Amino acid sequence: MDGAKYISTVNHPIEEPIEDKAVLDVRNLETVFRTQDGDVHAVNDVSFSLRPGELLGIVGESGSGKSVTMMSLLKLLAMPPAEIVGGSVNFGGQDLLSLSLKDLRAIRGGDIGFIFQDPMTSLNPVFTVGYQLMEPLRTHLGMDKKAARQRAVELLELVGIPSASERLRDFPHQFSGGMRQRVMIAIALACDPKVLIADEPTTALDVTVQAQIIEIIKDLRQKLGMAIVWITHDLGVVAGIADRVAVMYGGQIVEYADVDRLYEDPRHPYTKALLQTLPSHGDERDERLVSIPGQAPNLKGPLKACPFAPRCSSVFDKCWTANPPSFDVSINQKSACWLEESNG
Amino acid sequence: MAEPTASGETLVNVSDLKMHFPIYKGLFRRKVGDVKAVDGLSFDIRRGETLGLVGESGCGKSTTGRAVLRLYDPTHGTVSFEGTDVAHLSLEELRKIRPRMQMIFQDPQACLNPRMTVGAIIAEPLIEHESMSKEEREDRVVDLLNAVGLNPAYINRYPHEFSGGQRQRIGIARALALDPDFIVCDEPIAALDVSIQAQVVNLLEDLQKERGLTYLFISHDLSMVRHIADRVAVMYLGKIMELAPRETLFSDPQHPYTKALLSAVPVADPKIEATRERTILKGDVPSPSNPPAGCVFCTRCPIAEKKCFTVAPEWRELNPDQFVACHLA
Repeated sequence: MDGAKYISTVNHPIEEPIEDKAVLDVRNLETVFRTQDGDVHAVNDVSFSLRPGELLGIVGESGSGKSVTMMSLLKLLAMPPAEIVGGSVNFGGQDLLSLSLKDLRAIRGGDIGFIFQDPMTSLNPVFTVGYQLMEPLRTHLGMDKKAARQRAVELLELVGIPSASERLRDFPHQFSGGMRQRVMIAIALACDPKVLIADEPTTALDVTVQAQIIEIIKDLRQKLGMAIVWITHDLGVVAGIADRVAVMYGGQIVEYADVDRLYEDPRHPYTKALLQTLPSHGDERDERLVSIPGQAPNLKGPLKACPFAPRCSSVFDKCWTANPPSFDVSINQKSACWLEESNG
Repeated sequence: MAEPTASGETLVNVSDLKMHFPIYKGLFRRKVGDVKAVDGLSFDIRRGETLGLVGESGCGKSTTGRAVLRLYDPTHGTVSFEGTDVAHLSLEELRKIRPRMQMIFQDPQACLNPRMTVGAIIAEPLIEHESMSKEEREDRVVDLLNAVGLNPAYINRYPHEFSGGQRQRIGIARALALDPDFIVCDEPIAALDVSIQAQVVNLLEDLQKERGLTYLFISHDLSMVRHIADRVAVMYLGKIMELAPRETLFSDPQHPYTKALLSAVPVADPKIEATRERTILKGDVPSPSNPPAGCVFCTRCPIAEKKCFTVAPEWRELNPDQFVACHLA
């Protein structure tokens, strides 16, 4: 185990097993979409946990199951066609998957906040921003109108929207993209969530605005100390903000590691390939970009082999016979690849 | 790699290009103003090079690409393609020159007709502009499919049967059909996944080498532009802020906007991310219908002085081949 020597070098040492003290603990989550053409296995045996105050980055390409995983936690998917066929989601001592819709509603937007990718479609165009901000405050915290308004102003100021009290009366279309995303963040933060799930919160934004939003999130994290799950396809964004990273492919977590470990010593062939496809940021220009041949996997039917096998450069016989479980490479790194079998 | 630019010969010359879109309001739809999408651009594109055009959404980079190909009629200025002013050609003459300038679009889903087969999509420009027999045309389409790395057996399939990356290849094959000299690539990889982006960029580079193509590569992805472009132009609110060779622009940017933009791009390395300094710009891009007086960047510029708010900076060659529009550079 060569991993041990790295532990001292990470900024946030983790000596104890991850599962202790977790605010959110997801075990063996499985989600299937029942479609006319057969079942699509969008989430396959996903397990991860989130410690208080931690930022977990979830990285993957489109169709890798990142969003569906997070939506499954709070049953935000249309069911049917979606069906959560297995697993548990432990949040504050209760299993979210077995809760009634009514109890779940108390948690959505309350203890667990959600920021969606597209701030235009996730804000209601016919209500003012103030109304949408005050709604969770009044339902979850039972505030009266006056208190809710005051808190709404505070929240808008917190996310850096100028002349907040006047802007409460404005409708979403009167805000720019970056400002709308700030409103979304303010709504998600309204009830002091313990966990904030941010689904590609900066993907629709320009880089300079993205930099602003990332600064805000970093700052709020320090002030409020909530745990954050940050879903993205941008390996650069994750490098800057995450404590730990889960890389998803084919509906499962293929690698799960501390951020420094992941970028320094990626173990799963997919993670390696993904990092190599990025143009180098040094002075030298690459002669040619490294590309991953082939296409993303088709998830119809249960996985009977490693989903990355057809595109993998280090594929061998075993990869075609069974889907690899997650092997511990070290305390802080797991990789679902048969190459790690001897380590596990 | 940057060898094709050696000729240094100008293929496209854009001079004081303006593209204003009128705004109509009220009961009588009176004209109340203009959206100044592109407001006075001047630059050259040299034969065989890739000129990168970067900027944030709404800065006018796509409009520039379209105006250069005269998909819009420019409000002012000239676009000369090998000495011919494309911006003022008659439609008949324009049609003759069109085969030499083509475009690759951003959304490979939207730019392909879903009811046409791949073969028909790629053959369409050939039917329009060339007099070929059916067999010749078919051979050509097969050649093109091979050139972009698609299996010619798919010639009778429809766009929906392909993945995003493959669809982009179809778009590229169509753009190549008439053997153009100049291609405007409008965010050709923005809609693709990271692992597929590299495939398409490699293809574009190979084709450039094989066919001596000249690209105007429009993108908001600075790291990809850094890879593919020989020279890079940075746009903000309808104007070019800085234009320089790739190495110069990325290692020694002179305009404060270029500096801020470069510092905002996340780097996929936690160690660099933890230590590097960032310039976080405040506020949003002003509306192009009412741009600020003076320098368009003055409202967000971290180093703006009094002069910047009143006098528009001139476009000047600061160092050989490095152009900047800033009083303070």
